[in-house]
Amino acid sequence: MDWSIIIYCGIITFFTRFSMIASQKKDTFNKKTKTILSYVPSAIFPAIIFPLVFLDNNGNLDLENNPKILASVFAVIVGYFSKNIIATIFTGLFSYWLLIFY
Amino acid sequence: MNNKLKILTRGIIDVSPFLIPVVPFGIIFGVLGMDLGIGPYMTLGLSIIIFGGASQIVLLQLFSGGASSLVILSSVGAVNSRHLLYGAVLSEHLSSLKLIWKIILSYVMVDQAFAVSNNYFKKNKKNTNKHYHLLGTGFTCWTIWQISTLIGIYLGSIIPEELGLTFAIPITFLALLINDFKKINNIIVMIVSGTIATLGYHSIPFKAYIIVAALSALLIATILTNINLKKK
Repeated sequence: MDWSIIIYCGIITFFTRFSMIASQKKDTFNKKTKTILSYVPSAIFPAIIFPLVFLDNNGNLDLENNPKILASVFAVIVGYFSKNIIATIFTGLFSYWLLIFY
Repeated sequence: MNNKLKILTRGIIDVSPFLIPVVPFGIIFGVLGMDLGIGPYMTLGLSIIIFGGASQIVLLQLFSGGASSLVILSSVGAVNSRHLLYGAVLSEHLSSLKLIWKIILSYVMVDQAFAVSNNYFKKNKKNTNKHYHLLGTGFTCWTIWQISTLIGIYLGSIIPEELGLTFAIPITFLALLINDFKKINNIIVMIVSGTIATLGYHSIPFKAYIIVAALSALLIATILTNINLKKK
C-alpha cells in the first residue's frame, strides 16, 4: 500500500459527495435513477460478503463444514427480526467463535 | 451566533444514537488495518483521507488480495456512488452557500449525517442557518470514526490472530443490509451480486469480481425498477 492510492481514493470519495452538492441544476436525477441508486448497497455489499463466506483461503468453494456459513445464517436471522446492526454483528462473530472453538 | 450554535448542538444530539453501530465498525476497521500489516499511520490515514467506512474496508480487502490500483479505485468509487444520491437530495437546501461551506460539508457527508440532517432540513426549509446542523452531524460522525479507528489500531496490536477477525468483514457488511432483507427486489439483487462474485472470484481477471458483480446486479436492479414502473 502506498499513500498515493489512499489519496486518490480520498479524492474520488470526496467528489462523489461534492459533485452533486455543488451542482446548481434542480432534479439532476429523475425518480428512476434515484430508485436504482438506492440499490447500490444491495448490489455491492454481497459481492464482498459471499466470497468471504463461501470460499476458503485459496478461493475454492467451501460448502461442507464451513462455520462461516452457519454463523452468517444466524446473523441474517437476528438482523431480519431485530433490525439492530450491533446485535447482528455480535451474533455473527460470537456464533462463529463458538463454532470454531467448541 | 447563538442560533448557529444551537443548531450545531442540535445536529450533534440528533445524530448521536445513530453512531452506536459506527463504533464497532470503526474498531473492526482499525484492527483489520493492523492485521493486514499496513501500520498505524496508514490505517488512521485511510480514516482521515477517505472517511467512508465501507469503502475503506473494501480497499483493505482488495489490497490484501493483491488487486491493482485501478480496480481498488473503481471499487471504492462504486461503493461510494450512493453519495451522489445524497448530494443530489441535499443540493436544494445548500445551493445558496459559499463554495468553502460546500467543500467542508461534502467532506463530512456520510450516511448517518445525511439521513439525520436531511430530516432536519425538510422540517426547517426556511432557516438560513440550517447547514450548521449538517456540520454538527458530520463532524460528530468524523470524530467518533477517528476515535474508534484509533481504538482498533491499539486493539489490533494485542488481539490474537486465532480469533479470525477477518470474518468481521462479511458480518459488518451483512449488518449494513438488514433494512433491505424484507424487500424482495433487494434480495434478488443481493443474490445476483453475491453469486456472480463467488463464481467469478477466480475467472474474472484483475480481482475485478466486486465491480463486475456489482454492475451486473445494478443492471438487474434497473430491470426490476422498469418492471415496477410499468406496473403502476
